[in-house]
Amino acid sequence: MKDIIEQLESAREHAYLGGGQKRIDAQHDRGKLTARERIQVLLDPDSFEEYDTFVEHRCTDFGMEDNTYPGDGVVTGSGTINGRLVYVFSQDFTVFGGSLSATHAQKILKVMDMAMKAGAPVIGLNDSGGARIQEGVDALAGYADVFQQNILASGVIPQISVVMGPCAGGAVYSPAMTDFIFMVQDSSYMFVTGPDVVKTVTNEVVTQEELGGASTHTTKSGIADRAFENDVVALMQTRRFYDFLPLNNRQKPPKRPSFDSATRTDASLDSLIPSNPNKPYDMHEVITKIVDEGDFFELQPAYAGNIITGLARMDGETVGIVANQPMVLAGCLDIASSRKAARFVRFCDCFNIPIITLVDVPGFLPGTAQEYGGIIKHGAKLLFAYGEATVPKITIITRKAYGGAYDVMASKHLRGDLNYAWPSAEIAVMGAKGAVEILYRKDKDDPDKIAEHTQRYEDLFANPFVAAKRGFLDEVIMPHNTRLRIIKGLRKLASKTLENPWKKHDNIPL
Amino acid sequence: MFNKILIANRGEIACRVIKTARALGIKTVAVYSEADADALHVEMADEAVAIGPAPAAESYLVIDKIVQACLDTGAEAVHPGYGFLSERAAFVEALEAKGITFIGPPPGAINDMGDKITSKKIAKDAGVSTVPGHMDLIKDADEAVKISAEIGYPVMLKATAGGGGKGMRIAFNEKECREGFVAAGNEARASFGDDRVFIEKFVEEPRHIEIQVLADSHGNAVYLGERECSIQRRHQKVVEEAPSPFLDDATRKAMGEQAVALAKAVGYASAGTVEFIVDKNKDFYFLEMNTRLQVEHPVTEQVTGLDLVEQMLRVAAGETLSITQEDVQLTGWSVETRVYAEDPYRGFLPSIGRLTRYRPPAENDVVRVDTGVFEGAEISMFYDPMIAKLVTTGATRDEAVEAQRVALNSFLIGGIGHNIPFLAALMQHPRFRSGNMTTAFIAEEYPEGFQDGVLSDEMATALVAAAVFMNAVEQSRASQIDGRIADVRAPQDTSWIARVGDDKHHCHVMPGKDGVRVAVGRASLLIETQWTPGTPIFIGGIGGLEVHILVERSELGYSLLTDGCRRSISVLPAHVDPLMAHMPEKTGLDSANLLLCPMPGLVVSIAVEEGEQVEAGQTLAVVEAMKMENILRAQRGGRIAKIHAEKGDSLAVDAVILEFESDA
Repeated sequence: MKDIIEQLESAREHAYLGGGQKRIDAQHDRGKLTARERIQVLLDPDSFEEYDTFVEHRCTDFGMEDNTYPGDGVVTGSGTINGRLVYVFSQDFTVFGGSLSATHAQKILKVMDMAMKAGAPVIGLNDSGGARIQEGVDALAGYADVFQQNILASGVIPQISVVMGPCAGGAVYSPAMTDFIFMVQDSSYMFVTGPDVVKTVTNEVVTQEELGGASTHTTKSGIADRAFENDVVALMQTRRFYDFLPLNNRQKPPKRPSFDSATRTDASLDSLIPSNPNKPYDMHEVITKIVDEGDFFELQPAYAGNIITGLARMDGETVGIVANQPMVLAGCLDIASSRKAARFVRFCDCFNIPIITLVDVPGFLPGTAQEYGGIIKHGAKLLFAYGEATVPKITIITRKAYGGAYDVMASKHLRGDLNYAWPSAEIAVMGAKGAVEILYRKDKDDPDKIAEHTQRYEDLFANPFVAAKRGFLDEVIMPHNTRLRIIKGLRKLASKTLENPWKKHDNIPL
Repeated sequence: MFNKILIANRGEIACRVIKTARALGIKTVAVYSEADADALHVEMADEAVAIGPAPAAESYLVIDKIVQACLDTGAEAVHPGYGFLSERAAFVEALEAKGITFIGPPPGAINDMGDKITSKKIAKDAGVSTVPGHMDLIKDADEAVKISAEIGYPVMLKATAGGGGKGMRIAFNEKECREGFVAAGNEARASFGDDRVFIEKFVEEPRHIEIQVLADSHGNAVYLGERECSIQRRHQKVVEEAPSPFLDDATRKAMGEQAVALAKAVGYASAGTVEFIVDKNKDFYFLEMNTRLQVEHPVTEQVTGLDLVEQMLRVAAGETLSITQEDVQLTGWSVETRVYAEDPYRGFLPSIGRLTRYRPPAENDVVRVDTGVFEGAEISMFYDPMIAKLVTTGATRDEAVEAQRVALNSFLIGGIGHNIPFLAALMQHPRFRSGNMTTAFIAEEYPEGFQDGVLSDEMATALVAAAVFMNAVEQSRASQIDGRIADVRAPQDTSWIARVGDDKHHCHVMPGKDGVRVAVGRASLLIETQWTPGTPIFIGGIGGLEVHILVERSELGYSLLTDGCRRSISVLPAHVDPLMAHMPEKTGLDSANLLLCPMPGLVVSIAVEEGEQVEAGQTLAVVEAMKMENILRAQRGGRIAKIHAEKGDSLAVDAVILEFESDA
């Protein structure tokens, strides 16, 4: 018995070394942490319970039978973040470059399965060279099994991917199916085909970083939700992010004590909206001034900046924020912003997170690029997402709510629970100038008449009254009261029940 | 006394005048441009009249509009504040023509003193000592160079109508004299509509000390002591104090008596200021007389107990001065710092935009804040970038300066760049504390611009303790999230490593009977504070040291600001910290080959062409912001690869103006 325990200890020590000290040093030299070090940062101290430490691959081709490492290139297990359960897998680049084998995949599947049963999120720390080529189709099967499990888990438990090294080829589709992707600047990349293949096929010369680095995916593709400076920052921020998330789709978002008064008002919001309707202002200011302690975890901050998405807390509980940003493209809806917000709204709805929508939208972005790109269906995604969402929905129109975009942005007509407007709100089919050009085409050469018509249109629609008269707005509120009105609303809506008709699943315009 | 007055100004001074008027039961009328429709002075006044578009030349400087506003509202008198129309005799005459009283000196005195050449002659005749210089107008740069050579460099080129640092240039050689002559003239034309420039000897190592005078229309005049305004940046006053740490009673009396003699010589009747340059032997020379209320008047009010605006109102209403020279007693010490919307980390370039946060320290017997803005107000590019004046008063200079330090450390401004870190650092500067300063103080002590203040060891440790404490508070709150399956280790059961740059501190948190203690290395510091997460300022005691620290959360800790020192402190558990050793240093974007626009502004000219070879120091472009022309010079030699901006472009901060060819 003692013998066995000694063997176990020694085997464990061996396993903890992964691919050996030399490879660990090489990993460090690249500015990256090892799989176990990453878990150490991510989880509460001493909370990690590892599974399958001794699992080894069963491949016997290409001399692999003599080349085994306990754990087979991925560390899996469970632990806690601030006391809440989480399941984790962390790919070990020091073992076969973190490549995925059949057993490697099985380990991942095991924790995902456990997570779904226990109702706790999965965080994947990706650092893998891809499929283990020696295993051929077995590795591919492993990927597909993981994809399938990602799909089944989607909407049941939150799934977070932190890409901390290479993630290429088919491997990208696992993170792609999770709820959030975080990346590390300069040391991670994701692409379906690498620079060599790109060059062979298209003659395009591109670096790994340009093709799929953190900056590419946070600014150009919108694939990644955030990028962080290094491993430690990425993992510490993942801890912070985790505290916003409910554990599963049956639970409410977590609550924790707030040091911010629920009745706090902020007079400076009353002077935020410029008197010139064409002058932008920063919607971030509204967000940070109404949420608890100004703490806002923004998602995709550098992509489709015309819409802001992210998580915050009000009254100590998580809310999802969606806000048009007048500073970027006047806050219009376009393909990128519609997709960005639609996916976020659906995430919130999956996991019972109330949605606060701040509206200042002049409409959809016109142009051939948008139409050819399919703005009709992309815009429809956001419309669909808002319309199907059954979580509490509170909407504040701060300024413009024009045209179809007004309908889309969590309007009363899409089952908005509380639809408020600031006195500066203008709800209309379009801006006065555009409207008058259409309504009074015959007067287009008479500037006096046009000015007169414009004035009349503005008097009629450049205010919240018409919408309020029809009940499309529940109340016109003063900007300084925004926080307390939202919190009151959230408290009243705490046990909101609303169900969509039974269906196998909907058919959102993908 | 008047029933209703109009204030022909904006910002803090308009608010300042309204306060006194209100205290005297006088109704007030504000005027405002389109940019100021929501400004504080408009809200404070009993009535407000719109007087046109944002540019001052189309609103605050238009005499007819002000006069009309008086007629429309029935204002009997006008207080001009400072700047704008405060020293325009034509304005006084226009008011008087309609029977409206100007709350200031008679137009003759304004004319005499407003022209720098005439004023010097009058001063000389009145027995006031003056600086050598060339009194006549100069027609072109060639003549300027010739005269400068006669006087001897360095010389000062000054616009006749100039003031507040605008239209002024120092030249140490012929090249600078040529450039300065043109720039001073251009600025003066843009700001005052008058491009006349004159030259005088530039007195080196001077101190700027000015005498406040008060005269009535019955021939009485007194001096109210001096103000030292030697802390200047580009001739713009930054810190003022009363009294001066330099003057003795005899010099004070001599200067005061000359100032009064000058006031009497020009038939002065109101509050006015006679500015002197004082050299190290306490010899003083007349500089100019400002025929208006000065920006820095509050320090005089604090040490004399007089309300200068009230005195101006009484004099304008024809009253006789109620005080004689014997009644004037200087009690205590008062220091004023000017809070500007200028970014000290970017060479003090103007910053404009919305004040997303504005929380000045609370006013009391020690602290006075003269302000014209509020949280949510807009700092506009059209006007002076001054946000507020912070005035502190104590029994001694040390008390007043220490009070400044505390007040500046708790002054919260967000949304724009501002000079508070610089002011706070100044208050800690040993040379400033010693009182040994000249007008070159800032240029000498901060030759490379301002980066950081000086942090005492005690405060440096306190900042670390504050960061560890705040982290512990947040940590302990985070552990109260619901849905836990395990207890979370309490902050006191963990060792923490705080990093400040390359310095590492081993820290512990220890709750005890008397409160929480934080151990930083061997020091154990008791933390006394009400701070809670999300609060932007940490006020309290750390190991007995009273602190006011501005707090911003960062990814791994906090960015803290106090005494003008910004410190980024990361706090990690001891089991995580060693891993930081593997994290690579990241360097910022390489912008060495770019000329970036240092402030939001308008491109006045681009002085080079693509492909041109330039030398270090050569003018590349001129950008105008806040009415100041800023010459952007080449930091090094090189060939211009591409020009991205053109004349007339309105550029944002950090916009690329041009690109050099890379050295490679």
